[in-house]
Amino acid sequence: MGTELFQPTWKKVAWYAVLTALAVVILFPVYMTFVRAISQPRAYVLAGQPPWPVHPEWDAFSRAFSLGDLGRKFLVSAVVTTVIVAAQLTTSTLAAYAFTFLQFPFRRLLFYVFMATLMLPIEVTLIPNVQTIRSLDWLNSYPGLVAPFLATAFGTFLLRQGFRGIPRDLLDASQLDGFGHLAFLRRVAIPVTRPVVASFAVIAFLSAWNQYTWPRAVVTEGRWETVQIGLKTVTATTAEQNNLGFAAALVVALPILVLLIVLQRQIVRGLTAGAVKG
Amino acid sequence: MSEVAFDGVTKRFGEVTAVDQLTLDIADGEFMVLLGPSGCGKTTALRMIAGLETVTEGTLRIGDRVVNDVEAKDRDIAMVFQSYALYPHMTVARNIESPLVARRFHVDADAPPRKLTAAERSERVDQAARSLGLTDLMGRKPAALSGGQRQRVALARAIVARPSAFLMDEPLSNLDAKLRAQTRIELVELHERLATTFVYVTHDQVEAMTMADRIAVLNEGRLQQVGPPQAVYERPHNLFVARFIGSPPMNTVPGTVVRTDTGVAVQLGGQRIDLDPVAHEPLADGTEVVIGVRPEHLAVDPDGQVKAQVRAVEWLGHERLVVCDLAEHHITVRQSSGAEPVAPGDVLALTADPAHVHLFDPNTTERLN
Repeated sequence: MGTELFQPTWKKVAWYAVLTALAVVILFPVYMTFVRAISQPRAYVLAGQPPWPVHPEWDAFSRAFSLGDLGRKFLVSAVVTTVIVAAQLTTSTLAAYAFTFLQFPFRRLLFYVFMATLMLPIEVTLIPNVQTIRSLDWLNSYPGLVAPFLATAFGTFLLRQGFRGIPRDLLDASQLDGFGHLAFLRRVAIPVTRPVVASFAVIAFLSAWNQYTWPRAVVTEGRWETVQIGLKTVTATTAEQNNLGFAAALVVALPILVLLIVLQRQIVRGLTAGAVKG
Repeated sequence: MSEVAFDGVTKRFGEVTAVDQLTLDIADGEFMVLLGPSGCGKTTALRMIAGLETVTEGTLRIGDRVVNDVEAKDRDIAMVFQSYALYPHMTVARNIESPLVARRFHVDADAPPRKLTAAERSERVDQAARSLGLTDLMGRKPAALSGGQRQRVALARAIVARPSAFLMDEPLSNLDAKLRAQTRIELVELHERLATTFVYVTHDQVEAMTMADRIAVLNEGRLQQVGPPQAVYERPHNLFVARFIGSPPMNTVPGTVVRTDTGVAVQLGGQRIDLDPVAHEPLADGTEVVIGVRPEHLAVDPDGQVKAQVRAVEWLGHERLVVCDLAEHHITVRQSSGAEPVAPGDVLALTADPAHVHLFDPNTTERLN
């Protein structure tokens, strides 16, 4: 009798043990990055590279920041990311809406063609895209950094899945209420699929913020470098300062961490939307 | 002026004809029910009035205006959807307010229509909410409402714009039986209060019979019959209407007209049912017919001409339905609960009320008498 009562608690304990183990696996590298960032490099090596800080130097973060000129690079990354996220949200929402609610010739075919572009990795389009940017004289500029990423098939696909869950009656009711398509999109479709839109915004932010290959290809001047390239500059310095590379990595990841904490509920709802009816 | 008139209206979806040459006039202030089985075209007809489907052929008028090419928002109609179509992220108040936000209304005499001010909108919303008892729910979202409450919000959203016609697409089908019966009465009262045209789509004949001024019965996209509920019930124009209206449905059995010196009768297998000789004067001897008699117009009578064996007895409390075998067909007899009990296997002698015998042409299915 008693054991039955306690069973749920034991189950809970077991679950928490599993979750804790997984969290350790995921967080350990982050922790080690932190340890390496604040440890004095030579002393840390001499101490046998233990999993705890050796001779902590708390100014590592500010030194990394100034060494990599991360302030300027943060600005470039912030502008590029903001423009890309805003543009992708706009274009994906409109395209997804058209593919869901509007009737036009070859709708299905166009959608599949659209989706087919998902299968092309950036390496395939890199060289023609760089040539285009160069011919437009957009190397070392914001337009050059953002142009290829203003629209995305992935976002269109994700939002279309969200929009498909909206009952057709809502569109009909909205039409009778005197609202056009754009008003329906703004008043109903987006608010109803907010978790999906939010999780797409996070995904777009992550991929824009973490871009490396493209900025590397279209930027030759230091002042147009994004943070991810700046990180490379800090990492490539002498072994005496290799803790600064770790420090810079943590600084650069900070905006993402903040975003994930702020939007975590929306993201979980967005990623599980459609999995459970309701 | 809010008559709705279909004049030879056809709606095709590719190869499929959903509504076929529909001609139907719905009078100003009338409660018209479009009744038929699923797929009969009733919802398509309603959606054409709403402007949510285009008209393929024919003319559709609301008032004195041809609306074939008029946008839904400019038709001055409101619709209650089967699913209620409430915006899930908006409160009850915002849902009700929705039809007032974007449209223009004739508010001031002799002035062109204009958008309502926030104060005017809020006044109308309060009024609509009060009339449907929703005042305490205004801050809730649809997910926090019961089915009946959602239905009332959908009604409030329909009446708030004071439209010249209401369209309702099976609005009661998601309610439980008790609530449905109560809401039927409320809808009739609402219709009387608003004195506005109602076009109501349902497959439920009880809803049609209890609420309609007139019923339009549709099948396979075609209008079968239109008329007051009792007239449609008492004089169905064809076999489809005869079998569709009425629960349990009309008994229909094929037979042959026999003329004798004493009168006219229908021969069913080895048995005969006498007909009213005056009413059935034009029928020639030997004519193939389908005879139809409603269950309540059959009675157990020791002198009855027709013998049928009881197959099952369904006890419904206030009455019972006796299912019998007759000439390889099942027929149902409705009896009051006070009638002498019968049991499966009994052979009953039945009479049919001659005034309520219907004859149909087995080929065209049209009414003959």
